[in-house]
Amino acid sequence: MNKSVYASPDQVSETKRHILTVLVDNEPGVLARVIGMFSGRGYNIDSLNVAEVSNDENISRITIVTHGTSEVVSQIEKQLLRIVPVHSVTNLDQEGSSVEAEVALVYIYISDTNKKKVYQLCDFYRARKIENENNTTIFEIAGASERVNRFIKEINEITKVEIVRSGPVAISSIKKNEEE
Amino acid sequence: MNNEITGAEIVLKSLAEQGVEVVFGYPGGAVLPIYDTLFKQNSIKHVLVRQEGGAIHAAEGYARSTGKTGVVLVTSGPGATNVVTGLTDAMMDSVPIVCITGQVPQHLIGSDAFQECDTTGITRPCTKHNYLVKDVNKLSSVFHEAFTIAQNGRPGPVLIDIPKDVQFASGTYEEKNKIIIPSHRLFEPSPDFEKNKIEEAVELISKAKKPIFYIGGGCINSGPKASTLVREFINMVGSPVTMTLMGLGVVGSSDKNSLGMLGMHGMYEANMAMHECDVMINIGARFDDRVTGRLDAFSPNSKKIHIDIDESNINKTINVDVPIIGDVKQVVEKMISVWKDKKYKIDTNSLNLWWDKINKWKEVDCLNYNNEGKQIKPQYAVQRLYELTKNTKTFITTEVGQHQMWAAQFYKFEEPNRWLTSGGLGTMGYGFPAAIGAQVGHPDALVVDIAGDASILMNIQEMSTAVQYRLPVKIFILNNEYMGMVRQWQELLHGGRYSESYTDSLPDFVKLAESYKAVGLRAKTTDELDDVITEMIETKNTVIADIWVTKEENCFPMIQSGSAHNEMMLSKDQKQDKKSAEKGKILV
Ligand SMILES: Cc1ncc(C[n+]2csc(CCOP(=O)(O)OP(=O)(O)O)c2C)c(N)n1
Ligand SMILES: [Mg+2]
Repeated sequence: MNKSVYASPDQVSETKRHILTVLVDNEPGVLARVIGMFSGRGYNIDSLNVAEVSNDENISRITIVTHGTSEVVSQIEKQLLRIVPVHSVTNLDQEGSSVEAEVALVYIYISDTNKKKVYQLCDFYRARKIENENNTTIFEIAGASERVNRFIKEINEITKVEIVRSGPVAISSIKKNEEE
Repeated sequence: MNNEITGAEIVLKSLAEQGVEVVFGYPGGAVLPIYDTLFKQNSIKHVLVRQEGGAIHAAEGYARSTGKTGVVLVTSGPGATNVVTGLTDAMMDSVPIVCITGQVPQHLIGSDAFQECDTTGITRPCTKHNYLVKDVNKLSSVFHEAFTIAQNGRPGPVLIDIPKDVQFASGTYEEKNKIIIPSHRLFEPSPDFEKNKIEEAVELISKAKKPIFYIGGGCINSGPKASTLVREFINMVGSPVTMTLMGLGVVGSSDKNSLGMLGMHGMYEANMAMHECDVMINIGARFDDRVTGRLDAFSPNSKKIHIDIDESNINKTINVDVPIIGDVKQVVEKMISVWKDKKYKIDTNSLNLWWDKINKWKEVDCLNYNNEGKQIKPQYAVQRLYELTKNTKTFITTEVGQHQMWAAQFYKFEEPNRWLTSGGLGTMGYGFPAAIGAQVGHPDALVVDIAGDASILMNIQEMSTAVQYRLPVKIFILNNEYMGMVRQWQELLHGGRYSESYTDSLPDFVKLAESYKAVGLRAKTTDELDDVITEMIETKNTVIADIWVTKEENCFPMIQSGSAHNEMMLSKDQKQDKKSAEKGKILV
């Protein structure tokens, strides 16, 4: 739970991946506050994603993937809530069910010998070719991080690639009262 | 257009509406418009310090002694960077501060302009919140929000950075009551959650056989009423109580239930009682490492209740059984009414046995020191200071080091808000400017900075401030010609290698005082001490009293780093085996 050299008394729970959704006022410096809290207190950020939420331009949603014991993650949540422009923090893993997805763009070094294999693989993973003016081979793949990982691993075995990933975003899939 | 005023005027008007009486500051290019406006009014007093670091500690001392928010005004660049230590100090010790910094005009931001720095970037982790105000029309709402945030929930410092063009620009002023602060930006405890936990907590206390109250600075921040209620509740329970460095004064030193301070240099009986209790009631403290010692041996057999306004303090280092998130005053008030309604009473037999045990621990007489000879023992100097000032309304501030711990151990506090010390950050140089701030807030009270010879030099330039404003602050230096606390650690943990801890070439403090047109006094032996203290108190001027104390005295009792509460080192154990001592050396 704490990393102090004054050893901690409690049995520590296992380290797990957590996805946190943080709603914040869309004001200057807010992202720096959130990130600074992580680095300043020695927490991990595995990936981070920020965008305005479509229906209210004053609020942004930050999706953070972190890992830690449940004690550490609960401390992260509380520290986030201390930040003045933070509205709410939701730990999607604790909510029980959520859906997550990310996007990767992959530049593929293509040649006559690997072309067929590449296209087969992309087809299998439903990766979409993106047309571009230089006519290079760039594919987009979206979905759960696990799936993207597998695609990347397999394509790497075929040829050289360059990859950019957005990191996951996630949303709770718990049924809401849709009447409202 | 008609009711438009300048940004600088909005600043002053906001401060006035917030009830600010005094600002501690230092001018410079980027705040000249504000200083110009300050010149043209006389409702707000400005105290000109001699270094911005002094301004913020003075504001802290003012805030902590009066319960009001301290206000600081400094320029951009070096003015802003000089307040960083004080902001961090205020953050650690939860002191409400509003700090105004000038910034270069907006069109120059980002160009490495003269005296430009990224003030909001630098101060983000050491403020509760900060603002860079780009629109003059937002200035008043920012100020009103800043004051609310500084005071709300767990108090702390808030910084407002104002580019010079915004100070010159015209805009409209909005009054405090027109500003609506969205609730997520403030602290609001949920009342229901608390009630259940309060009942659970009170029931747990009623069943305790060996209870102890562990009181922290949160009780002081909750206002004087909180201390009254805490005392009342402890009396109803009949339980012993111990206080942290920040909590001294919440329960009077002479209160029959008080065991004094706990922690690294706390009382033996307090630490032993913490170790052996069966129910611990933490009110407004945060299980700081100076208090807990080794975590895996901390109070192993107790159920723990933790009342704190800041949820992040719950289960941060110590897991507790009954957390209550809320303001001390409100929570303790409810606890008292539950206790009364349910007609609870602790089993007298077990409580008596518990007190018997504690009284045995008291017999160890942990503060005992050898007071022979003509040389003044630092502990004795503080004891005499206490005896000769106890009937006067006195505020004590300290610097950081052994003298700070001796002050905490030997000066007896009967009331909250009388003791101002840098606990969380341990900032040398805090005490003197804090004393200036306390004196500004309490012109007729006696304010004494119990100082060390090394610490006092860190903000000695404020002599000039004290003399200019006729502030009769007393600096009481326990002069051991050492960074005593460093020397003590080197003796105990680093084989007596006193690396750079001797303070050579100290000034002649008497002449130093005189050079500022203050009064300098000196006591070299025990028979001079009382006269010097009396003269110091009676002098209606700033005084430095240079008290020559024994140089190599150590501060005991002590829980060495990495040890537990029941492994305290007493002064008689000083000669212990070196190996076990060196173990603790990696810890701070
Ligand atoms: C700004 C700052 N720098 C360094 C330290 C580390 N430190 C803690 S106590 C101390 C020595 C203080 O010496 P002095 O003021 O003479 O007090 P004494 O311990 O001798 O009573 C030092 C250097 C500190 N607390 N603050
Ligand atoms: Mg010293």
